[in-house]
Amino acid sequence: MPAPVLCQSCGAGRAALRRPKTGRALCRACFVAAFEAEVHGTIVSARLFQPGETVAVGASGGKDSTVLAHLLRLLNERHGYGLRLLLLSIDEGIAGYRDDSLEAVRRNRGRLGLPLHVLSYQELYGWSMDRIARHVGPKNNCTFCGVFRRQALDRGAALLGADKIATGHNADDVAETVLMNFLRGDVGRLRRCAGILTGGEGTLPRCKPLKHAYEKEIVLYAYFQGLDYFSTECVYAPNAYRGHTRTLLKDLEAVRPSAVADLVHSGERLAVREDVRMPTQGICQRCGYLSSQPLCKACVLLEGLNRGLPRLGIGKPSRLQKALTGAEKPEAGFQEDSEQSSNAVRTIDF
Amino acid sequence: MKCKEGPPVLIIRVGDAFCKACFKDYFVHKFRATLGKNRCIFPGEKVLLAFSGGPASSAMVRQVQEGLSRDAAKKLRFKPGIVFVDEGAVCGQDLGKRREVHSQVEMILRATGFPFHLVHLEEVFDLPGSILRSISHNATDDSQSYKEAVDGFIRRQQQQQSERTGDSLPGQLSELSVRCPPGKEAVEVPGPLSVSHTAELTHLFRAVKTLTAKEELLQTLRNHLILHVARTNGYTKVMMGDSCTRVAVKLLANLCLGRGAFLAGDTGFSDSRHGDVLVLRPMREYSAKEIAFYNRLFGVPAVFTPSLDTKVRGAALHRSSPPVPAAQIQRPCSPPPPAPGRPPHYPLISFLYKLQSEFPATISTVYRTGEKLGTTPRDAGGDAEPERCLLCLCHLDTSVVDGSSLQSTLLSEELCRKPPPSAGSGCCGGAPNETGCCRSSPTAGAVPSQAVLFPLLCYSCRLTVKDMTCLEPLPPYVHSEAERRQRRAAMKQEIQEFLLEDDLPAS
Repeated sequence: MPAPVLCQSCGAGRAALRRPKTGRALCRACFVAAFEAEVHGTIVSARLFQPGETVAVGASGGKDSTVLAHLLRLLNERHGYGLRLLLLSIDEGIAGYRDDSLEAVRRNRGRLGLPLHVLSYQELYGWSMDRIARHVGPKNNCTFCGVFRRQALDRGAALLGADKIATGHNADDVAETVLMNFLRGDVGRLRRCAGILTGGEGTLPRCKPLKHAYEKEIVLYAYFQGLDYFSTECVYAPNAYRGHTRTLLKDLEAVRPSAVADLVHSGERLAVREDVRMPTQGICQRCGYLSSQPLCKACVLLEGLNRGLPRLGIGKPSRLQKALTGAEKPEAGFQEDSEQSSNAVRTIDF
Repeated sequence: MKCKEGPPVLIIRVGDAFCKACFKDYFVHKFRATLGKNRCIFPGEKVLLAFSGGPASSAMVRQVQEGLSRDAAKKLRFKPGIVFVDEGAVCGQDLGKRREVHSQVEMILRATGFPFHLVHLEEVFDLPGSILRSISHNATDDSQSYKEAVDGFIRRQQQQQSERTGDSLPGQLSELSVRCPPGKEAVEVPGPLSVSHTAELTHLFRAVKTLTAKEELLQTLRNHLILHVARTNGYTKVMMGDSCTRVAVKLLANLCLGRGAFLAGDTGFSDSRHGDVLVLRPMREYSAKEIAFYNRLFGVPAVFTPSLDTKVRGAALHRSSPPVPAAQIQRPCSPPPPAPGRPPHYPLISFLYKLQSEFPATISTVYRTGEKLGTTPRDAGGDAEPERCLLCLCHLDTSVVDGSSLQSTLLSEELCRKPPPSAGSGCCGGAPNETGCCRSSPTAGAVPSQAVLFPLLCYSCRLTVKDMTCLEPLPPYVHSEAERRQRRAAMKQEIQEFLLEDDLPAS
């Protein structure tokens, strides 16, 4: 490059980066200021928080949650949101991944000066992810982990007396989810997944303050602010379906940089036909958690694990649901049935 | 599968082998069932078939032929015509090649016996601005009137038949000729190409920077032209040959292009955005594979026309005519080979085909997800009917909702382009939203800048326009309609305080 590019915002500083979101060259200070102003803008315009609330920040130790915790603390002081912030971590029990990332969370806690609480799958469910993975095999691990974590966050936050949960989902995550739910034909989720503030009656509301932040920009921000985070992919992730959509999104972004925002826009504007039957949200008969079925997914999965039939909750749920709810007294027919199906699965697997 | 006698020749679904005759029945039945289910083509109505030369639209034309040649009760009752849009100019074909394609297409279309219209894409430069208006059409309650119309038609037909009893074949023939006279006036072959228009067209497409935007623009212009042919010739329905595979690709592509709000209109069976002319997609239940098999087994001719990307470097999200995975089928009785490796510059198509080979339900699931979508915008900003996009005629989806992606994008753009110190004397101070007055001042003349056009466009068409280096080369009808809308908006602004109701039907 012959001449240094000047920042297109202040016109004075030397540009340090080209923003993925707008394609503009900015200097470091302008980028950091713009990024913070944008997240603040999102929080204000979407009215994510009310003064006096206690907010549990889901902290995994990864880039998104690290930046989120940093930003929320910063903006809370700068703009006087009047929030009480907590860090909440879930320990799934994945050796070589979560133990290291939790280390990163602990390091950050010192820096941020926020209280940290760690809840583990072992305590909540009696199963660690490593043990689950040994039982389930190489596929569907993320199904277990995702379902359990969602509930674990809720339970943890309720335990701490929080009013809201803030998660580090970024624009790329939302775009991926939109794509994924479309590919799976999950209209119920398709409608919800693009929302910035979800939940309400029954469960704690959750919000995604970084919903409009590009993943790349989050990394850039962390890089410029010298934030320390843990960046190793989960050992079980490579087999996940999400990986396909993630690759696609990267390819799309290469072709048209605004693809992420465009997808989020699409997701927000999707209109589901009125005559399409939607799953009705009810409450799990066993644990009282929000569920569209008589039993929530976590309970079904857990039941499968405890019965030694780990694949019980994978796939079509309706028949199992019926059998499980009717079967506080175990049904002989059902037992055989599931035994057969798990046998069948096994023969295919090996 | 059905007859349990004939030798099986192909397998569409696992376990269902078809013999040739049964496959034909299955294929023909599907077409009629799709039309029958939706009951929107009235008897005697003029229907324009959009023919591209590709497999799906060729199969569609054949289905209509089949339907009209059948006897009595099951006969299709509309009057078809065919339109072919020659896009050679933007696809890098020279005149000789274009003429060749032309005569090929003409031969195929002549063989159908239907009236047809061959038009050049260049003709968009002569379109009237009214193409960009949705002409309201007092849609009477369909189910009732449909039945009446059908009954009336049958009665009339019976009368005619009783009048000339006996010679059924000539009678039928004469009826046919009344319906679609194969004389000269029924066939519209374009006059000599205006060279200047060709130059304008290539200039226009050269001003578009990305292949994705080119695809979008081409599709938009093509649709306008087809609509124009339909309107000037009295067709009230247009049939497009989108197959199920194509619909799935389009769904995902449009999702990625920010057209989430319009998916139902863009891919659904019927699309009423133009008001008077309804766009139908009767082929949307056939997979590309079925169509390829049908065309091969029953000798449906197709024409190869290069598309925008042929011999072009670059990448697009998708292309308007995705390649058919089973296009080159060697032995019809073996299942078609998996999707051939696509060049890497169609992320969406290669993604979908790859996923399909791993999870065979992918395409049909995407298709069915699309079925569940509707057109009503979730958060229609106003109380009145929202305005329509200048280019795609969908209801604008650009109301800035709090906490939305659009709002955030606008904020990001604004933060990144603070007024440089040289232009410090901004007249509008810090008013950032929409088209600030100091931004549009340099190009206040006849040349519309992006800022002027933007408020008239939907989210996705804005992206397309953003990818253009200049807007000048857009066809005149776009500019004239844009100006008209601006004048109307200004007028409305002026009298705003006296208006009691907000929704005056746009004339």
